[in-house]
Amino acid sequence: MSRLIVASIGPASSVQDGGRFGAQRYGLTVSGAMDRLSLAAANTLVGNAPFAAAVEIGPFGAAFTARDGAVRVAISGAPRNADVAGNAVAMDNSVTLKDGETLTLGFARGGAFTYLAIEGAITGELVFGSLAVNARAGLGSPYPRPLQAGDEFSVDAASGAPEMRIELPKPVSGPIRVVLGPQDDEFDDANKALFLDSEWKISATSDRMGYRLEGPAIKHLHGHNIVSDGTVNGSIQVPGNGAPIALMMDRGTSGGYPKIATVITADIGRLAQTSAGTAFRFKAVSVAEAQNEAKKFAQTIRTLPDRLRAADSVALNIEALSDANVAGHAVNAVDAGTWQVTTEP
Amino acid sequence: MAATLPPPRLLPSGDSAVTVEFSRTIDEDANQRVLALDKALAASPIDGITETVPTYRSLLVHYDPCKIGFDALGDKLLPIAIQSPPPVTKARRWRIPVAYGGEHGIDLEDVAKALNTTPDDIVGRHAGGDYRVAMIGFTPGWSYLSGLDKSLHMSRRQNPRLLTPAGTISIGGVQAGIQCLAAPSGWHLLGRTPVRTYQLHRNPTFLTEPGDRVTFFAIDHKTFDELDRAAEAGEIIAEQVDA
Repeated sequence: MSRLIVASIGPASSVQDGGRFGAQRYGLTVSGAMDRLSLAAANTLVGNAPFAAAVEIGPFGAAFTARDGAVRVAISGAPRNADVAGNAVAMDNSVTLKDGETLTLGFARGGAFTYLAIEGAITGELVFGSLAVNARAGLGSPYPRPLQAGDEFSVDAASGAPEMRIELPKPVSGPIRVVLGPQDDEFDDANKALFLDSEWKISATSDRMGYRLEGPAIKHLHGHNIVSDGTVNGSIQVPGNGAPIALMMDRGTSGGYPKIATVITADIGRLAQTSAGTAFRFKAVSVAEAQNEAKKFAQTIRTLPDRLRAADSVALNIEALSDANVAGHAVNAVDAGTWQVTTEP
Repeated sequence: MAATLPPPRLLPSGDSAVTVEFSRTIDEDANQRVLALDKALAASPIDGITETVPTYRSLLVHYDPCKIGFDALGDKLLPIAIQSPPPVTKARRWRIPVAYGGEHGIDLEDVAKALNTTPDDIVGRHAGGDYRVAMIGFTPGWSYLSGLDKSLHMSRRQNPRLLTPAGTISIGGVQAGIQCLAAPSGWHLLGRTPVRTYQLHRNPTFLTEPGDRVTFFAIDHKTFDELDRAAEAGEIIAEQVDA
């Protein structure tokens, strides 16, 4: 066994996996990764199951040191500068830390969450099938709280497998897609249009429980108190002040505000990775279209192993390099999270 | 042939859940239908359903859209949902000890004043009630009870508290509650119970189920401390009786 030590880490960083399902009827929050595709990509790079437990790193920097042997890790998600002993590590790549080496990660450049997967995965005591941290309920393993400097993981010694990179599908751009309801009839047509046609920004006071949206006030038809009913990841509820809140992975299992719309499964990770202050819009789609997108999203995650490539075969797109005006900066030249340097596989 | 009831509304909650809504208000009959549908789905599962969440007036059905679509699921749910719920034959009943007033129930005096009566009278009316767990939600183990005496119905606090203690026994609107973990709340705090409706590493982890009956009885603060220690050690201190 090797150890991976958290040498430094910012707030809003915790162990997350696919989430804790099956006990929402008892009020147990699901938790889990805010951006499931990035979690799955990082895990796939080191040969783990897609939703194995990994470190979800918040917007600030972090550093991890290998002890008692080598540790193989991979990073995916919000792009940031990363290096090991002065050698740049690209996003969506694996890297092996020799005993004593430190992987240093900078601030997120756009987005919020980066996933650090460890070969063999983080292990601990499962509660309802999950290691995901839910700080409110004191759940999560090995640490039932956000990570702190000095925390450590007991992990497999690095296998010596060749380093990989993963060619992720071209990121979807455009509006965040929603299915209207379940309580869209608590709003008149003018207010539904206001919700769909306005520009929104995510408030800086957002967290894993909910993203507060800044924009016009949305008015209810019959007041803001409804009888509590169930919530899902991506429920957009409108409290009394008219400022919508998109419920995220640490949401309460029930809520008493009308829910005007629900973010589609395929776009929840995109919403999670939208930086505070960045303007975006919503777009209503049918349930059928949303389910079609959900199937494609599940298919993408299932077939992530087909997207693995040897790490040294980076296809540089010179045009993209000069467009991004970073030619000569090796750190960015292979950073698929910043802009597209690879063609669609 | 049994008479069928008006169909519930099937409201999409995104692409992976459907809200089966029996009523828009708190309604005992609607809640019975919610719990009956929940039971029926547990007894004969529909392929693709991943979990269900009963609430006062609706059943939230989570499902995997890769296995079943919204329309196909609706077609399977509706015939079950319009059946009359079977009469409630036997339910578990929990007797829950409560230390009322003082530091454990900081709103008891104010509630008594607002309702023009004494704290003892409020305790009598609250402890004398016959409750049913209508739903569990918000935070682990928070049991929402129906059956609150009409004379105790009162609006929630103007300013919700950011943190209320674990074990809080409170009332809000037409609802009564047993709260397990410390949490924000806008309800009126009448007392505290040492009973943990949720406790990790205990079997069962969750004590109450939707549909369970609940009654309360008053204990003094010294008894609270003793029971609290026993509960902390994992003992189930709520008394279970067959209803």
